[in-house]
Amino acid sequence: MSGLPVIVDAASWLLILLGSFFTVVGGIGLVRMPEFYTRMHAASVTDTLGAGFLVLGLMLQAGFSLVTLKLLFLLALFFFAGPVVTHALAQAALHERIPPLLAEDRRGKAGAGGEPEGS
Amino acid sequence: MMFAVAAAAVLLTLGLAVTRAIRGPTVFDRVLAGNSVGTLAILLLAVVGFLTGRPEFLDIGITYGLLNLIGTLAVLKFFRHGDLAYDASEPR
Repeated sequence: MSGLPVIVDAASWLLILLGSFFTVVGGIGLVRMPEFYTRMHAASVTDTLGAGFLVLGLMLQAGFSLVTLKLLFLLALFFFAGPVVTHALAQAALHERIPPLLAEDRRGKAGAGGEPEGS
Repeated sequence: MMFAVAAAAVLLTLGLAVTRAIRGPTVFDRVLAGNSVGTLAILLLAVVGFLTGRPEFLDIGITYGLLNLIGTLAVLKFFRHGDLAYDASEPR
C-alpha cells in the first residue's frame, strides 16, 4: 500500500482523522448527554459521520480492489441499519412513556406562544 | 501510523459506550450502548485489519453488523412484548 499518490494518501489520512474525531465526539455525547433521546442523537454521530469518514478513508487506502467493495457493503449496511435501529429504539422508548426532556415545558400553559398541545 | 490513531479513537469510544451501558438508567440506554458497541466493533475490525495488513477481517465485520441489527431488534421486541413469539392479534 505504498504506491499511492501523495494526494490520495493525504486525503485518506484526513478522512481517517476526521472519522476518529467524530467517533470520539459521539462517544463523549453518549456519556454526557442528559437523557435518552439526546443520547440517541449523539450515538447517531458515531454511526453516520464517524463510520462514514473512517470507511471512506480506508477505501482510499485499499485502492480499487475487492476490499473496497466490501467496505462499500459495510457503508450500505450502516446506511440502512442505522435508521431502522434508531426508529425502533425511539418507538419502543415512547411506547414505554419515557418522557423527552424539553428545555421549556409549555404543556398546560395555553397562550404562551407555542401551539397548544392536545391532552 | 494513522491506523493506530483510528484504532485508539475507536477503543476510547468503545470504553465510553461500555460506560453508558453500565450506567444507563433505562434498558433503552443499554440497548443503544450495545448497538454502538456493535458498530464500533465493526470499525475496530476494519481498522485493525488494515493495521496488520490483512483486510480480510471485513467479512467478519459485515456478518457482525447483520447480527447486530437482528439482535438489537430482537431485544427491543422482547422488552416491548415480553415474548419473542408475539402474536399480532394479541393486545399490545
